[in-house]
Amino acid sequence: MRPRASLTAALRNVRLSPRWAPYVFVSPFLVLFAVFGVFPLLFSLWLAFQSWEPTSGLDAMEFVGLGNFAFALQDEWFWKSLQNTAWLALASGLPQHAVAIPLAVLLHQGFTRLRDVTVGAYFLPYITSTVAIAIMFSSLFSTDFGLVNATLRALLGIEPVDWLGRPEHIKPAIAVIVFWRYLGFNVVLYLAALQTIPRDLYEAAALDGAGRWRQFWHITLPGLKPMMFFGVTLSVIGGLQLFEEPFILTGGKGGADQAAMTSAVYLYRMAFDFNDFGGASAMSWLLFVVVVALTWLTHRAFAPRRGGR
Amino acid sequence: MKATGRTTRRRVLAAGLAAAAWPARAGARTTLQVAAFPLVDEIVRAALPAWRQRHPDVAVQIVSRQYADHHTAMTTALSTSAHLPDVMALEASYLGRFSLGAGLEELSREPYHADRLRDRFVRYAFDQAVNRRGAVVALPTDIGPGTLLYRSDLLARAGIGEAELTPSWEAYVEAGVRVKAATGAYLIANAQALKDIVIRSGIGPGEGLYFDRQSRVLVNSPRFARAFELARRVRRGRLDARVSAWSNEWAEGFKRGTLATELSGAWMVGQMANWVAPQTRGLWRAAQLPERTFVGYGGTYYAMPRRADPARKALAWDLIRLLTLDRERQFAAFRSQDAFPALLETHDDPFFDEPLPFLGGQRARVLWRDAARRIGALEVHKQNNFADEVVGTELDNVLDRGKDIGRALADAERLLARRAHR
Repeated sequence: MRPRASLTAALRNVRLSPRWAPYVFVSPFLVLFAVFGVFPLLFSLWLAFQSWEPTSGLDAMEFVGLGNFAFALQDEWFWKSLQNTAWLALASGLPQHAVAIPLAVLLHQGFTRLRDVTVGAYFLPYITSTVAIAIMFSSLFSTDFGLVNATLRALLGIEPVDWLGRPEHIKPAIAVIVFWRYLGFNVVLYLAALQTIPRDLYEAAALDGAGRWRQFWHITLPGLKPMMFFGVTLSVIGGLQLFEEPFILTGGKGGADQAAMTSAVYLYRMAFDFNDFGGASAMSWLLFVVVVALTWLTHRAFAPRRGGR
Repeated sequence: MKATGRTTRRRVLAAGLAAAAWPARAGARTTLQVAAFPLVDEIVRAALPAWRQRHPDVAVQIVSRQYADHHTAMTTALSTSAHLPDVMALEASYLGRFSLGAGLEELSREPYHADRLRDRFVRYAFDQAVNRRGAVVALPTDIGPGTLLYRSDLLARAGIGEAELTPSWEAYVEAGVRVKAATGAYLIANAQALKDIVIRSGIGPGEGLYFDRQSRVLVNSPRFARAFELARRVRRGRLDARVSAWSNEWAEGFKRGTLATELSGAWMVGQMANWVAPQTRGLWRAAQLPERTFVGYGGTYYAMPRRADPARKALAWDLIRLLTLDRERQFAAFRSQDAFPALLETHDDPFFDEPLPFLGGQRARVLWRDAARRIGALEVHKQNNFADEVVGTELDNVLDRGKDIGRALADAERLLARRAHR
């Protein structure tokens, strides 16, 4: 009883001044961001210049200058992982937008009552756990018992394909999963953008005799450009950081001939399988440079020009 | 009202703080933390009654994670010196990696003197826990002597006896051709497994599996060329089922009798009998690996982190001694979890002579006991995991894409040489 009484007494004197209150209320986010956002970033930057046998403890680090970066740039597997990443980002990213835009237009114009349900159905994969998705697709893609092979055999008479075991098949399989997963997210983005395009533009165009195709080409697409910039930027960043799907589908290894080893998977393996945290950190910063460069290029391609229309 | 509301809130806050402080005071009783992975956690749990008799005032908390998660967590704990357990279970391949660093307590020093225990353990298991600086960093608890398991019924249909299966690896592959022709069964689940074991035979003194002591790469050598040749012969003859171990197709192969042999640790018999293919009981037999190859397939060790709480290290050491040096404990683990004991003084027990029903009454433990004493410790290199991956990939290139063996080994050598000194 006594400690409790004294604690109550101590707390009675605590006053939060209006001057500090805002900082106190904002602090939970700032503290969490500092611990889980800023600190790991700085630590990995520090690690990128160190050689470190991790199990020996933090004091076992040894400064190696740019050695890790030099190693990463000469590492065949790093380049191979970048190629895999680029392949997957393109093969899963381009179709996402090429399909999401017409689909969003169709939903916008053709659906009224069932629109929300349909959009929800497309959005569902985005909020489903990656592990559940990977388990489901690994059984769909199973060589002997999978639905994909059974369908291919029934329709086209194709012999069973080893989707997840052969390097030439695993990339398309993963691209399909990523496409399926993020299509709905992009549809929602474009649907929101479509709703901001003023209806009078279409009415005026119709009065001038423009058909649906010309309306789509000259009103819808330019109207969607800001959202395309946003969506493509997210796809570029997400595509370059692709990790979960290939990681789970290949048991954390990257697949036969490392065909599904994206850069993010390789970084993880460098650190936790091959015990090279310094090299992994250097590679992650090189990947960051690639992400920044490609985001800048996306910006150049899509962002509205100043003074232009 | 206002004042009362504030007072109430403060009381609630104070009560909460007091409650938070409570477990800290209650935890004054010593608790040892043991980090382990499945089955090893069961073995430690089974030892707790014996531990409580010795130390009624010391509780043992077992933190169990899945195999890979456990070792990742141990890597992180050692690297940051945070949340270190008092005792950690380590699988043999990870022990090799961890022993290269300085994160594990050197048990050969005062007051442990683990070096004096060398003669009580299976030689290779103990030597594997000695690092390059000559310090003992862990004690072995169980081992996995390599063995050849074969389906006696399938071999009989092909007119092959054990004597024709084991003289050499070439004879083993030839037998596979006959078994395939007579029964349709595959010799082995995957040609990679054959490569994995053939590269482990004929390792010279001072050599590791992929690197020697000076980190020179050893893969472009007759040892690897032979392993690749044999694996290619298996694949070309369609003698392997091309399934990976522990997959559904692999387990199905054993259940349906489409796999005639398996190269593995002795513990595999327990796995087969319990869940992989219990219905094939009585059809399997065990033999020494072809060409009298003696290798270890895994094993478990207990180690203490160097930076663990010094106040509990004596107790932690006592627990490790109980788990590794107590005949009763070792036997209990052998009986319940097929954990083949590393402790030599258990090896003279009549239990070793008992027939194994899954192997048609064969007294196979004697065979494995003999194998265990002939296995040699392997030099571990920091890049072993990477080398495993590179060599496996190059063999895939040979098997699936017809790459020339010489070129494949040269490519592997180039990749490994770049990393050897990192």
